[in-house]
Amino acid sequence: MQTAQLEKYANQIRQTIIISLLHAGSGHPAGALGFADLFAYLYFSDFLKVNPKNPKMEERDRLYLSCGHYAPGLYSALALKGFFSIKDLSGLRDVNGIDGHPILGQLPGIENSAGPLGQGISQAIGSALAHQDTNIKTVCIISDGELQEGQTWEALMFMGNSRLKNLTVILDRNDIQISGNTNEVMPLEPLKEKFDSFNLITQTINGNDFKEIDEALTKTNLFDRPNVVIAETVAGKGISFMENDYLWHGRAPNKEEALEAINELKNPQ
Amino acid sequence: MSATELKSTRDAFGQALLELAEKSSKLWVLSADLTDSMRVTSFADKYKDRHVQCGVAEQNMVGIAAGLAANGKVPFVTSFAAFSPGRNWDQLRVSVCLSNLPVKVVSGATGFGNSKDGASHQALEDIAITRVLPNLKVVTPLDFNQTKQAVLSIFKDPGPVYMRIGHEKVPNITKSDQEFVIGKADLLKEGEEITVISAGAIMHQVLEAIKSSRVKADVINLSTIKPIDKEAILTSLEKTRKVMTIEDHQVAGGLGSAVAEVIAQSGKRVKMKILGVPDTFSRSARSIDDLYKLFKLDSKSLEEEIKEFIRE
Ligand SMILES: Cc1ncc(C[n+]2csc(CCOP(=O)(O)OP(=O)(O)O)c2C)c(N)n1
Ligand SMILES: [Mg+2]
Repeated sequence: MQTAQLEKYANQIRQTIIISLLHAGSGHPAGALGFADLFAYLYFSDFLKVNPKNPKMEERDRLYLSCGHYAPGLYSALALKGFFSIKDLSGLRDVNGIDGHPILGQLPGIENSAGPLGQGISQAIGSALAHQDTNIKTVCIISDGELQEGQTWEALMFMGNSRLKNLTVILDRNDIQISGNTNEVMPLEPLKEKFDSFNLITQTINGNDFKEIDEALTKTNLFDRPNVVIAETVAGKGISFMENDYLWHGRAPNKEEALEAINELKNPQ
Repeated sequence: MSATELKSTRDAFGQALLELAEKSSKLWVLSADLTDSMRVTSFADKYKDRHVQCGVAEQNMVGIAAGLAANGKVPFVTSFAAFSPGRNWDQLRVSVCLSNLPVKVVSGATGFGNSKDGASHQALEDIAITRVLPNLKVVTPLDFNQTKQAVLSIFKDPGPVYMRIGHEKVPNITKSDQEFVIGKADLLKEGEEITVISAGAIMHQVLEAIKSSRVKADVINLSTIKPIDKEAILTSLEKTRKVMTIEDHQVAGGLGSAVAEVIAQSGKRVKMKILGVPDTFSRSARSIDDLYKLFKLDSKSLEEEIKEFIRE
Protein backbone atom coordinates (compact mmCIF):
# COMPACT_ATOMS: atom_id res chain seq x y z
CA MET A 1 0.00 0.00 0.00
CA GLN A 2 1.14 3.52 -0.81
CA THR A 3 2.39 5.78 1.95
CA ALA A 4 -0.20 8.38 1.04
CA GLN A 5 -2.97 5.91 1.66
CA LEU A 6 -1.51 4.75 4.95
CA GLU A 7 -1.29 8.38 5.98
CA LYS A 8 -4.98 8.74 5.24
CA TYR A 9 -5.80 5.77 7.43
CA ALA A 10 -3.57 7.06 10.23
CA ASN A 11 -5.38 10.38 10.04
CA GLN A 12 -8.77 8.64 10.25
CA ILE A 13 -7.56 6.61 13.20
CA ARG A 14 -6.51 9.83 14.94
CA GLN A 15 -9.87 11.46 14.28
CA THR A 16 -11.69 8.39 15.52
CA ILE A 17 -9.58 8.36 18.71
CA ILE A 18 -10.51 11.97 19.42
CA ILE A 19 -14.20 11.44 18.77
CA SER A 20 -14.45 8.28 20.84
CA LEU A 21 -12.63 9.93 23.75
CA LEU A 22 -14.96 12.90 23.50
CA HIS A 23 -17.90 10.50 23.85
CA ALA A 24 -16.23 8.63 26.67
CA GLY A 25 -15.38 11.74 28.66
CA SER A 26 -12.18 10.14 29.92
CA GLY A 27 -9.30 8.10 28.58
CA HIS A 28 -5.79 8.27 27.19
CA PRO A 29 -5.16 10.22 23.97
CA ALA A 30 -1.40 10.85 23.78
CA GLY A 31 -0.05 7.32 23.46
CA ALA A 32 -2.64 6.11 20.98
CA LEU A 33 -2.25 9.22 18.81
CA GLY A 34 1.52 8.86 18.70
CA PHE A 35 1.16 5.21 17.73
CA ALA A 36 -1.55 5.82 15.10
CA ASP A 37 0.87 5.49 12.18
CA LEU A 38 1.88 2.06 13.40
CA PHE A 39 -1.73 1.04 13.98
CA ALA A 40 -2.41 2.13 10.39
CA TYR A 41 0.54 0.17 9.07
CA LEU A 42 -0.30 -2.94 11.07
CA TYR A 43 -3.91 -3.08 9.90
CA PHE A 44 -3.77 -1.51 6.44
CA SER A 45 -0.51 -2.67 4.89
CA ASP A 46 -0.34 -6.36 4.10
CA PHE A 47 2.10 -6.99 6.96
CA LEU A 48 -0.49 -8.63 9.22
CA LYS A 49 -2.90 -11.21 7.84
CA VAL A 50 -6.24 -10.55 9.50
CA ASN A 51 -9.74 -10.89 8.20
CA PRO A 52 -12.54 -8.73 9.57
CA LYS A 53 -15.10 -11.01 7.89
CA ASN A 54 -13.64 -13.95 9.75
CA PRO A 55 -11.99 -12.50 12.85
CA LYS A 56 -11.21 -15.89 14.35
CA MET A 57 -9.64 -17.29 11.20
CA GLU A 58 -7.13 -19.86 12.41
CA GLU A 59 -4.27 -18.72 10.15
CA ARG A 60 -4.53 -15.07 11.17
CA ASP A 61 -1.60 -13.17 12.60
CA ARG A 62 -2.05 -12.13 16.22
CA LEU A 63 -1.72 -8.59 17.51
CA TYR A 64 -1.32 -8.36 21.28
CA LEU A 65 -1.75 -4.97 22.93
CA SER A 66 0.14 -4.89 26.21
CA CYS A 67 -0.42 -1.22 27.06
CA GLY A 68 -4.18 -1.52 27.35
CA HIS A 69 -4.72 2.21 27.68
CA TYR A 70 -3.91 2.51 23.95
CA ALA A 71 -7.31 0.85 23.41
CA PRO A 72 -8.87 3.83 21.60
CA GLY A 73 -6.16 3.48 18.95
CA LEU A 74 -6.64 -0.27 18.58
CA TYR A 75 -10.44 0.04 18.57
CA SER A 76 -10.32 2.79 15.95
CA ALA A 77 -8.06 0.74 13.69
CA LEU A 78 -10.23 -2.35 14.10
CA ALA A 79 -13.41 -0.39 13.39
CA LEU A 80 -11.96 1.26 10.29
CA LYS A 81 -10.78 -2.14 9.13
CA GLY A 82 -14.35 -3.38 9.41
CA PHE A 83 -14.24 -5.65 12.46
CA PHE A 84 -17.19 -3.73 13.90
CA SER A 85 -19.01 -0.49 13.28
CA ILE A 86 -17.41 2.86 14.01
CA LYS A 87 -20.70 3.75 15.65
CA ASP A 88 -19.93 1.26 18.41
CA LEU A 89 -17.12 3.53 19.51
CA SER A 90 -19.58 6.17 20.68
CA GLY A 91 -20.22 3.73 23.52
CA LEU A 92 -16.61 3.76 24.69
CA ARG A 93 -16.52 3.54 28.50
CA ASP A 94 -20.31 3.51 28.72
CA VAL A 95 -21.92 0.99 31.03
CA ASN A 96 -23.75 -0.46 28.04
CA GLY A 97 -20.81 -0.11 25.71
CA ILE A 98 -17.15 -0.99 25.34
CA ASP A 99 -14.71 -1.22 28.23
CA GLY A 100 -11.98 1.38 28.57
CA HIS A 101 -9.30 -1.30 28.30
CA PRO A 102 -9.37 -4.32 25.98
CA ILE A 103 -11.10 -7.51 27.06
CA LEU A 104 -10.65 -10.68 25.04
CA GLY A 105 -14.01 -11.59 23.54
CA GLN A 106 -15.70 -8.23 24.01
CA LEU A 107 -15.06 -7.07 20.44
CA PRO A 108 -14.01 -9.00 17.35
CA GLY A 109 -10.34 -8.55 16.56
CA ILE A 110 -9.15 -8.17 20.14
CA GLU A 111 -6.59 -10.86 20.96
CA ASN A 112 -5.92 -10.26 24.66
CA SER A 113 -7.08 -8.59 27.87
CA ALA A 114 -4.91 -5.75 29.14
CA GLY A 115 -4.87 -2.68 31.34
CA PRO A 116 -2.57 -3.46 34.23
CA LEU A 117 0.76 -2.81 32.53
CA GLY A 118 3.44 -5.35 31.73
CA GLN A 119 1.43 -8.47 30.97
CA GLY A 120 1.40 -8.42 27.18
CA ILE A 121 4.74 -9.85 26.10
CA SER A 122 4.19 -12.98 28.20
CA GLN A 123 0.80 -13.53 26.56
CA ALA A 124 2.35 -12.95 23.15
CA ILE A 125 5.08 -15.50 23.89
CA GLY A 126 2.34 -18.02 24.59
CA SER A 127 0.78 -17.24 21.24
CA ALA A 128 4.13 -17.49 19.45
CA LEU A 129 4.87 -20.83 21.13
CA ALA A 130 1.49 -22.15 20.05
CA HIS A 131 2.27 -21.23 16.43
CA GLN A 132 6.00 -22.01 16.25
CA ASP A 133 5.88 -24.27 13.25
CA THR A 134 3.48 -22.20 11.20
CA ASN A 135 3.59 -18.96 9.26
CA ILE A 136 1.49 -17.23 11.87
CA LYS A 137 3.23 -14.29 13.45
CA THR A 138 2.59 -12.64 16.76
CA VAL A 139 3.23 -8.95 17.25
CA CYS A 140 3.07 -7.33 20.67
CA ILE A 141 2.78 -3.61 21.28
CA ILE A 142 4.28 -2.30 24.50
CA SER A 143 4.74 1.20 25.89
CA ASP A 144 7.90 2.62 27.40
CA GLY A 145 6.33 3.08 30.85
CA GLU A 146 5.74 -0.65 30.86
CA LEU A 147 9.47 -1.26 30.74
CA GLN A 148 9.48 -0.33 34.42
CA GLU A 149 7.45 -3.44 35.28
CA GLY A 150 9.45 -6.51 36.24
CA GLN A 151 7.30 -8.90 34.21
CA THR A 152 8.32 -7.13 31.02
CA TRP A 153 11.95 -8.15 31.64
CA GLU A 154 11.04 -11.70 32.63
CA ALA A 155 9.31 -11.96 29.28
CA LEU A 156 12.14 -10.32 27.32
CA MET A 157 14.59 -12.72 28.94
CA PHE A 158 12.44 -15.64 27.86
CA MET A 159 12.25 -14.21 24.36
CA GLY A 160 16.00 -13.81 24.11
CA ASN A 161 16.52 -17.38 25.21
CA SER A 162 14.00 -18.69 22.72
CA ARG A 163 14.05 -19.25 19.00
CA LEU A 164 10.67 -17.66 18.50
CA LYS A 165 11.34 -16.07 15.13
CA ASN A 166 7.59 -15.51 14.74
CA LEU A 167 7.49 -12.96 17.56
CA THR A 168 8.05 -9.21 17.26
CA VAL A 169 7.69 -6.67 20.04
CA ILE A 170 7.07 -3.09 18.99
CA LEU A 171 7.98 -0.63 21.73
CA ASP A 172 6.35 2.78 21.59
CA ARG A 173 9.17 4.99 22.75
CA ASN A 174 7.27 8.21 23.26
CA ASP A 175 9.14 9.23 26.41
CA ILE A 176 6.03 10.04 28.43
CA GLN A 177 4.15 8.41 31.28
CA ILE A 178 1.70 9.77 33.85
CA SER A 179 4.08 11.67 36.11
CA GLY A 180 6.27 13.20 33.44
CA ASN A 181 8.85 12.31 30.86
CA THR A 182 9.87 8.69 31.18
CA ASN A 183 13.52 9.64 31.16
CA GLU A 184 12.93 11.74 34.26
CA VAL A 185 10.50 9.55 36.20
CA MET A 186 12.54 6.36 35.84
CA PRO A 187 15.14 6.54 33.09
CA LEU A 188 15.29 3.61 30.66
CA GLU A 189 18.35 4.30 28.56
CA PRO A 190 20.44 2.82 27.13
CA LEU A 191 17.58 0.75 25.77
CA LYS A 192 18.91 -0.74 22.58
CA GLU A 193 21.94 -2.04 24.49
CA LYS A 194 19.64 -3.62 27.07
CA PHE A 195 17.66 -5.47 24.40
CA ASP A 196 20.81 -6.44 22.52
CA SER A 197 22.29 -7.90 25.68
CA PHE A 198 19.14 -10.01 26.09
CA ASN A 199 19.96 -11.62 22.72
CA LEU A 200 17.19 -9.83 20.91
CA ILE A 201 17.53 -8.40 17.42
CA THR A 202 16.85 -4.71 17.93
CA GLN A 203 15.96 -2.06 15.38
CA THR A 204 15.36 1.61 16.16
CA ILE A 205 13.10 3.61 13.88
CA ASN A 206 11.10 6.80 13.64
CA GLY A 207 7.67 5.37 14.43
CA ASN A 208 5.93 8.23 12.67
CA ASP A 209 7.65 7.59 9.34
CA PHE A 210 6.00 4.99 7.11
CA LYS A 211 9.13 4.31 5.11
CA GLU A 212 11.10 3.42 8.24
CA ILE A 213 8.18 1.42 9.65
CA ASP A 214 7.85 -0.54 6.43
CA GLU A 215 11.55 -1.27 6.14
CA ALA A 216 11.92 -2.41 9.73
CA LEU A 217 8.79 -4.54 9.92
CA THR A 218 9.39 -6.15 6.54
CA LYS A 219 12.83 -7.17 7.78
CA THR A 220 11.34 -8.93 10.81
CA ASN A 221 9.84 -11.52 8.44
CA LEU A 222 13.34 -12.76 7.69
CA PHE A 223 14.78 -12.87 11.21
CA ASP A 224 15.61 -16.23 12.73
CA ARG A 225 15.23 -14.95 16.31
CA PRO A 226 12.72 -12.92 18.31
CA ASN A 227 13.14 -9.22 17.87
CA VAL A 228 12.22 -5.80 19.15
CA VAL A 229 11.48 -2.65 17.18
CA ILE A 230 12.01 0.54 19.15
CA ALA A 231 9.59 2.95 17.52
CA GLU A 232 10.39 6.49 18.52
CA THR A 233 7.15 8.42 18.31
CA VAL A 234 5.79 11.81 19.21
CA ALA A 235 3.18 11.52 21.94
CA GLY A 236 -0.06 13.19 20.84
CA LYS A 237 1.22 13.32 17.24
CA GLY A 238 -0.87 15.34 14.81
CA ILE A 239 -2.47 17.64 17.37
CA SER A 240 -0.22 20.59 18.09
CA PHE A 241 -1.41 21.28 21.61
CA MET A 242 -1.02 17.66 22.66
CA GLU A 243 2.33 16.86 21.09
CA ASN A 244 5.06 15.80 23.52
CA ASP A 245 3.01 16.89 26.51
CA TYR A 246 2.70 14.22 29.19
CA LEU A 247 -0.32 15.99 30.67
CA TRP A 248 -2.28 14.52 27.75
CA HIS A 249 -1.38 11.02 28.86
CA GLY A 250 -4.74 10.45 30.50
CA ARG A 251 -7.13 13.30 29.90
CA ALA A 252 -9.92 13.35 27.34
CA PRO A 253 -10.41 16.46 25.23
CA ASN A 254 -13.46 18.59 25.96
CA LYS A 255 -15.72 19.64 23.13
CA GLU A 256 -13.73 22.70 22.17
CA GLU A 257 -10.44 20.87 22.27
CA ALA A 258 -11.88 18.00 20.27
CA LEU A 259 -13.15 20.38 17.58
CA GLU A 260 -9.77 22.06 17.38
CA ALA A 261 -8.05 18.68 17.20
CA ILE A 262 -10.31 17.45 14.41
CA ASN A 263 -9.82 20.71 12.59
CA GLU A 264 -6.05 20.31 12.75
CA LEU A 265 -6.29 16.73 11.55
CA LYS A 266 -8.50 17.71 8.63
CA ASN A 267 -6.21 20.57 7.63
CA PRO A 268 -2.69 19.36 8.23
CA GLN A 269 0.05 21.97 7.92
CA MET B 1 -16.15 22.10 55.96
CA SER B 2 -19.89 21.64 55.76
CA ALA B 3 -21.46 18.23 55.99
CA THR B 4 -22.97 18.49 52.54
CA GLU B 5 -19.74 19.25 50.72
CA LEU B 6 -18.60 16.17 48.83
CA LYS B 7 -14.98 15.14 49.07
CA SER B 8 -12.98 12.06 48.25
CA THR B 9 -11.06 9.96 50.72
CA ARG B 10 -7.96 10.24 48.53
CA ASP B 11 -8.02 14.01 49.00
CA ALA B 12 -8.10 13.42 52.75
CA PHE B 13 -5.14 11.09 52.42
CA GLY B 14 -3.07 13.71 50.60
CA GLN B 15 -3.82 16.33 53.26
CA ALA B 16 -3.15 13.98 56.13
CA LEU B 17 0.27 13.10 54.71
CA LEU B 18 1.25 16.78 54.61
CA GLU B 19 0.15 17.34 58.19
CA LEU B 20 1.85 14.20 59.43
CA ALA B 21 5.07 14.90 57.58
CA GLU B 22 5.51 18.11 59.55
CA LYS B 23 5.35 16.19 62.82
CA SER B 24 7.35 13.11 62.00
CA SER B 25 10.44 12.64 59.90
CA LYS B 26 9.88 8.88 59.93
CA LEU B 27 7.10 9.21 57.40
CA TRP B 28 8.13 8.22 53.89
CA VAL B 29 5.87 7.91 50.86
CA LEU B 30 6.40 5.72 47.81
CA SER B 31 4.76 6.13 44.40
CA ALA B 32 4.49 4.02 41.29
CA ASP B 33 3.60 6.73 38.75
CA LEU B 34 0.14 7.26 40.26
CA THR B 35 1.50 10.08 42.40
CA ASP B 36 -1.12 12.60 41.44
CA SER B 37 -4.04 10.17 41.41
CA MET B 38 -3.14 9.19 44.96
CA ARG B 39 -2.82 12.87 45.92
CA VAL B 40 0.83 12.52 46.86
CA THR B 41 2.11 15.34 44.62
CA SER B 42 2.14 18.03 47.32
CA PHE B 43 4.00 15.75 49.69
CA ALA B 44 6.44 14.78 46.95
CA ASP B 45 7.14 18.44 46.12
CA LYS B 46 7.65 19.50 49.72
CA TYR B 47 9.49 16.47 51.06
CA LYS B 48 11.57 15.39 48.09
CA ASP B 49 14.01 13.37 50.17
CA ARG B 50 11.23 11.32 51.76
CA HIS B 51 9.36 10.57 48.56
CA VAL B 52 10.43 7.62 46.44
CA GLN B 53 9.23 7.55 42.84
CA CYS B 54 9.52 3.92 41.78
CA GLY B 55 8.13 4.23 38.27
CA VAL B 56 5.51 1.72 37.17
CA ALA B 57 6.88 -1.00 39.44
CA GLU B 58 4.58 -1.97 42.28
CA GLN B 59 6.46 -5.10 43.31
CA ASN B 60 9.72 -3.25 43.67
CA MET B 61 7.89 -0.48 45.54
CA VAL B 62 6.64 -2.78 48.30
CA GLY B 63 10.06 -4.39 48.60
CA ILE B 64 11.74 -1.00 49.00
CA ALA B 65 9.15 -0.10 51.63
CA ALA B 66 9.96 -3.28 53.54
CA GLY B 67 13.62 -2.29 53.59
CA LEU B 68 12.79 1.21 54.76
CA ALA B 69 10.49 -0.12 57.48
CA ALA B 70 13.11 -2.57 58.73
CA ASN B 71 15.39 0.41 59.18
CA GLY B 72 13.28 2.74 61.23
CA LYS B 73 11.06 4.45 58.69
CA VAL B 74 7.28 4.29 58.36
CA PRO B 75 6.67 4.02 54.62
CA PHE B 76 3.32 4.56 52.93
CA VAL B 77 3.04 2.66 49.67
CA THR B 78 0.58 4.23 47.24
CA SER B 79 -1.11 3.02 44.05
CA PHE B 80 -4.43 1.67 42.80
CA ALA B 81 -5.65 -1.45 44.57
CA ALA B 82 -5.71 -3.47 41.33
CA PHE B 83 -1.92 -3.10 41.25
CA SER B 84 -1.15 -2.81 44.96
CA PRO B 85 -1.98 -5.23 46.59
CA GLY B 86 -3.17 -6.75 43.29
CA ARG B 87 0.20 -7.16 41.60
CA ASN B 88 2.50 -7.07 44.60
CA TRP B 89 0.62 -9.43 46.90
CA ASP B 90 3.50 -11.89 47.24
CA GLN B 91 5.95 -9.14 48.16
CA LEU B 92 3.40 -7.84 50.66
CA ARG B 93 2.98 -11.33 52.09
CA VAL B 94 6.64 -12.19 52.52
CA SER B 95 8.73 -9.02 52.60
CA VAL B 96 6.23 -7.11 54.72
CA CYS B 97 3.78 -9.34 56.60
CA LEU B 98 6.03 -12.27 57.42
CA SER B 99 8.54 -9.81 58.85
CA ASN B 100 5.73 -7.90 60.52
CA LEU B 101 7.07 -4.54 59.37
CA PRO B 102 5.21 -1.23 59.64
CA VAL B 103 4.55 -0.74 55.93
CA LYS B 104 1.27 1.04 55.21
CA VAL B 105 -0.27 0.09 51.89
CA VAL B 106 -2.76 2.78 50.89
CA SER B 107 -4.72 2.14 47.73
CA GLY B 108 -7.21 4.02 45.62
CA ALA B 109 -9.55 3.05 42.78
CA THR B 110 -11.20 0.59 45.15
CA GLY B 111 -14.73 -0.66 44.72
CA PHE B 112 -16.40 1.15 41.83
CA GLY B 113 -14.43 4.35 42.45
CA ASN B 114 -12.53 4.13 39.19
CA SER B 115 -15.63 3.35 37.19
CA LYS B 116 -14.30 4.73 33.90
CA ASP B 117 -11.22 2.61 33.32
CA GLY B 118 -13.26 -0.58 33.45
CA ALA B 119 -13.05 -4.17 34.63
CA SER B 120 -9.28 -4.51 34.78
CA HIS B 121 -8.89 -1.41 36.94
CA GLN B 122 -11.65 -1.83 39.51
CA ALA B 123 -10.42 -3.64 42.59
CA LEU B 124 -13.30 -5.75 43.85
CA GLU B 125 -11.11 -8.41 45.44
CA ASP B 126 -8.72 -6.40 47.59
CA ILE B 127 -10.42 -7.06 50.94
CA ALA B 128 -10.40 -10.79 50.25
CA ILE B 129 -6.71 -10.95 49.42
CA THR B 130 -5.56 -8.70 52.26
CA ARG B 131 -7.58 -9.99 55.17
CA VAL B 132 -6.06 -13.45 54.76
CA LEU B 133 -2.54 -12.15 55.42
CA PRO B 134 -1.29 -12.68 58.98
CA ASN B 135 -0.18 -9.52 60.84
CA LEU B 136 -1.87 -7.25 58.28
CA LYS B 137 -4.67 -5.01 59.49
CA VAL B 138 -7.32 -3.89 57.01
CA VAL B 139 -9.07 -0.55 57.37
CA THR B 140 -11.59 1.15 55.13
CA PRO B 141 -12.64 4.64 56.25
CA LEU B 142 -15.87 6.02 54.87
CA ASP B 143 -15.34 9.75 54.47
CA PHE B 144 -12.89 12.62 54.46
CA ASN B 145 -12.57 13.17 58.22
CA GLN B 146 -12.41 9.50 59.05
CA THR B 147 -9.66 9.00 56.47
CA LYS B 148 -7.56 11.80 57.93
CA GLN B 149 -7.90 10.27 61.37
CA ALA B 150 -7.22 6.78 60.02
CA VAL B 151 -3.92 7.97 58.52
CA LEU B 152 -2.79 9.12 61.98
CA SER B 153 -3.82 5.83 63.58
CA ILE B 154 -2.25 3.53 61.03
CA PHE B 155 0.94 5.60 61.18
CA LYS B 156 1.12 4.96 64.93
CA ASP B 157 0.27 1.28 64.63
CA PRO B 158 3.44 -0.82 64.96
CA GLY B 159 2.52 -3.33 62.23
CA PRO B 160 1.58 -3.49 58.55
CA VAL B 161 -1.76 -2.02 57.50
CA TYR B 162 -3.78 -1.97 54.29
CA MET B 163 -6.02 1.07 53.89
CA ARG B 164 -8.70 1.08 51.23
CA ILE B 165 -9.61 4.56 49.97
CA GLY B 166 -10.97 5.94 46.75
CA HIS B 167 -11.90 8.44 44.11
CA GLU B 168 -15.59 8.88 44.80
CA LYS B 169 -16.68 12.16 46.29
CA VAL B 170 -18.83 11.44 49.32
CA PRO B 171 -20.52 13.35 52.15
CA ASN B 172 -18.44 13.98 55.24
CA ILE B 173 -20.31 12.56 58.22
CA THR B 174 -17.53 11.89 60.73
CA LYS B 175 -16.53 14.61 63.19
CA SER B 176 -13.07 15.93 62.44
CA ASP B 177 -11.76 15.23 65.95
CA GLN B 178 -13.15 11.72 66.26
CA GLU B 179 -10.20 9.42 66.77
CA PHE B 180 -9.96 6.39 64.49
CA VAL B 181 -9.55 3.35 66.68
CA ILE B 182 -8.29 0.36 64.71
CA GLY B 183 -10.45 -2.63 65.45
CA LYS B 184 -13.45 -0.67 66.60
CA ALA B 185 -16.61 -0.35 64.54
CA ASP B 186 -18.97 2.58 64.99
CA LEU B 187 -22.69 2.49 65.25
CA LEU B 188 -23.97 5.18 62.88
CA LYS B 189 -27.67 4.59 63.55
CA GLU B 190 -29.66 2.61 66.09
CA GLY B 191 -32.76 0.53 65.50
CA GLU B 192 -34.20 -2.85 66.34
CA GLU B 193 -35.53 -4.25 63.05
CA ILE B 194 -32.28 -5.16 61.34
CA THR B 195 -28.51 -4.80 61.53
CA VAL B 196 -26.93 -3.38 58.41
CA ILE B 197 -23.15 -3.57 58.13
CA SER B 198 -21.11 -1.79 55.49
CA ALA B 199 -17.96 0.30 55.09
CA GLY B 200 -16.21 2.72 52.78
CA ALA B 201 -17.74 4.76 49.98
CA ILE B 202 -20.78 2.54 49.52
CA MET B 203 -21.90 3.29 53.08
CA HIS B 204 -23.34 6.52 51.76
CA GLN B 205 -25.73 4.57 49.48
CA VAL B 206 -26.65 2.48 52.51
CA LEU B 207 -27.37 5.50 54.69
CA GLU B 208 -29.61 7.02 52.05
CA ALA B 209 -31.47 3.75 51.66
CA ILE B 210 -32.05 3.47 55.40
CA LYS B 211 -33.21 7.06 55.56
CA SER B 212 -35.78 6.80 52.81
CA SER B 213 -36.98 3.34 53.86
CA ARG B 214 -37.65 4.50 57.42
CA VAL B 215 -36.55 1.08 58.57
CA LYS B 216 -35.31 1.01 62.14
CA ALA B 217 -31.83 -0.33 61.74
CA ASP B 218 -28.57 -0.61 63.57
CA VAL B 219 -26.11 0.62 60.99
CA ILE B 220 -22.56 -0.47 61.70
CA ASN B 221 -19.63 1.17 59.98
CA LEU B 222 -17.12 -1.66 59.87
CA SER B 223 -14.24 0.70 59.23
CA THR B 224 -11.78 -1.95 60.35
CA ILE B 225 -12.32 -5.21 58.51
CA LYS B 226 -9.47 -6.84 60.40
CA PRO B 227 -9.18 -7.22 63.34
CA ILE B 228 -12.95 -7.39 63.23
CA ASP B 229 -15.07 -5.91 66.02
CA LYS B 230 -16.93 -9.08 67.05
CA GLU B 231 -18.52 -7.44 70.02
CA ALA B 232 -20.18 -4.68 68.03
CA ILE B 233 -21.59 -7.23 65.58
CA LEU B 234 -22.83 -9.75 68.12
CA THR B 235 -24.27 -7.15 70.50
CA SER B 236 -26.38 -5.72 67.70
CA LEU B 237 -27.48 -9.14 66.51
CA GLU B 238 -28.61 -10.09 70.01
CA LYS B 239 -31.24 -7.43 69.44
CA THR B 240 -32.15 -7.63 65.76
CA ARG B 241 -31.48 -11.29 64.79
CA LYS B 242 -31.23 -10.15 61.21
CA VAL B 243 -28.20 -8.85 59.38
CA MET B 244 -27.52 -7.55 55.92
CA THR B 245 -24.00 -6.74 54.78
CA ILE B 246 -23.39 -4.42 51.83
CA GLU B 247 -20.07 -3.92 50.06
CA ASP B 248 -18.51 -2.66 46.82
CA HIS B 249 -16.47 -5.84 46.58
CA GLN B 250 -16.93 -9.45 45.56
CA VAL B 251 -19.35 -11.30 47.80
CA ALA B 252 -16.73 -14.02 48.20
CA GLY B 253 -14.12 -13.25 50.79
CA GLY B 254 -15.07 -9.68 51.60
CA LEU B 255 -16.70 -7.78 54.42
CA GLY B 256 -19.79 -9.98 54.40
CA SER B 257 -17.69 -13.11 54.56
CA ALA B 258 -15.76 -11.69 57.51
CA VAL B 259 -19.01 -10.96 59.33
CA ALA B 260 -20.36 -14.43 58.47
CA GLU B 261 -17.28 -16.02 60.01
CA VAL B 262 -17.98 -14.22 63.27
CA ILE B 263 -21.66 -15.12 63.29
CA ALA B 264 -21.22 -18.77 62.29
CA GLN B 265 -18.80 -19.33 65.13
CA SER B 266 -20.88 -17.49 67.71
CA GLY B 267 -23.61 -20.12 67.82
CA LYS B 268 -26.20 -17.41 67.26
CA ARG B 269 -29.10 -18.22 64.98
CA VAL B 270 -29.69 -15.20 62.79
CA LYS B 271 -30.82 -14.48 59.27
CA MET B 272 -28.12 -13.11 57.03
CA LYS B 273 -27.88 -11.67 53.56
CA ILE B 274 -24.65 -10.62 51.83
CA LEU B 275 -24.93 -8.01 49.08
CA GLY B 276 -22.01 -7.20 46.83
CA VAL B 277 -20.67 -8.14 43.44
CA PRO B 278 -21.82 -11.67 42.64
CA ASP B 279 -18.74 -13.47 41.28
CA THR B 280 -18.50 -11.41 38.13
CA PHE B 281 -16.20 -8.75 36.73
CA SER B 282 -17.36 -5.17 36.61
CA ARG B 283 -17.18 -2.96 33.54
CA SER B 284 -16.56 0.61 32.47
CA ALA B 285 -19.13 3.21 33.30
CA ARG B 286 -19.00 6.91 32.69
CA SER B 287 -20.54 7.53 36.09
CA ILE B 288 -20.15 5.50 39.25
CA ASP B 289 -23.92 5.61 39.74
CA ASP B 290 -24.31 3.43 36.65
CA LEU B 291 -22.31 0.73 38.41
CA TYR B 292 -24.20 0.99 41.70
CA LYS B 293 -27.36 0.53 39.64
CA LEU B 294 -25.95 -2.28 37.52
CA PHE B 295 -25.17 -4.31 40.62
CA LYS B 296 -28.35 -3.19 42.43
CA LEU B 297 -26.25 -1.52 45.08
CA ASP B 298 -27.61 2.00 44.57
CA SER B 299 -29.65 3.51 47.40
CA LYS B 300 -32.99 2.82 45.65
CA SER B 301 -32.29 -0.85 45.05
CA LEU B 302 -30.86 -1.21 48.53
CA GLU B 303 -34.00 0.30 50.00
CA GLU B 304 -36.07 -2.38 48.28
CA GLU B 305 -33.69 -5.13 49.35
CA ILE B 306 -33.73 -4.03 52.97
CA LYS B 307 -37.54 -3.72 53.11
CA GLU B 308 -37.99 -7.10 51.52
CA PHE B 309 -35.50 -8.74 53.84
CA ILE B 310 -37.36 -7.35 56.84
CA ARG B 311 -40.66 -8.74 55.53
CA GLU B 312 -39.18 -12.23 55.06
C1 LIG C 1 0.47 -2.35 36.74
C2 LIG C 1 -0.01 -0.98 36.45
N1 LIG C 1 0.40 0.03 37.24
C3 LIG C 1 -0.06 1.28 37.02
C4 LIG C 1 -0.93 1.53 36.00
C5 LIG C 1 -1.47 2.91 35.78
N2 LIG C 1 -0.96 3.48 34.53
C6 LIG C 1 -1.71 3.52 33.41
S1 LIG C 1 -0.90 4.18 32.11
C7 LIG C 1 0.48 4.47 33.04
C8 LIG C 1 1.66 5.18 32.43
C9 LIG C 1 2.60 4.29 31.81
O1 LIG C 1 3.39 4.93 30.86
P1 LIG C 1 3.19 4.61 29.31
O2 LIG C 1 2.58 3.27 29.24
O3 LIG C 1 4.45 4.86 28.62
O4 LIG C 1 2.06 5.61 28.93
P2 LIG C 1 1.90 6.79 27.84
O5 LIG C 1 1.85 8.05 28.65
O6 LIG C 1 3.05 6.77 26.91
O7 LIG C 1 0.60 6.55 27.18
C10 LIG C 1 0.28 4.02 34.34
C11 LIG C 1 1.28 4.11 35.42
C12 LIG C 1 -1.33 0.44 35.20
N3 LIG C 1 -2.20 0.60 34.19
N4 LIG C 1 -0.85 -0.79 35.45
MG1 LIG D 1 5.04 6.25 27.18
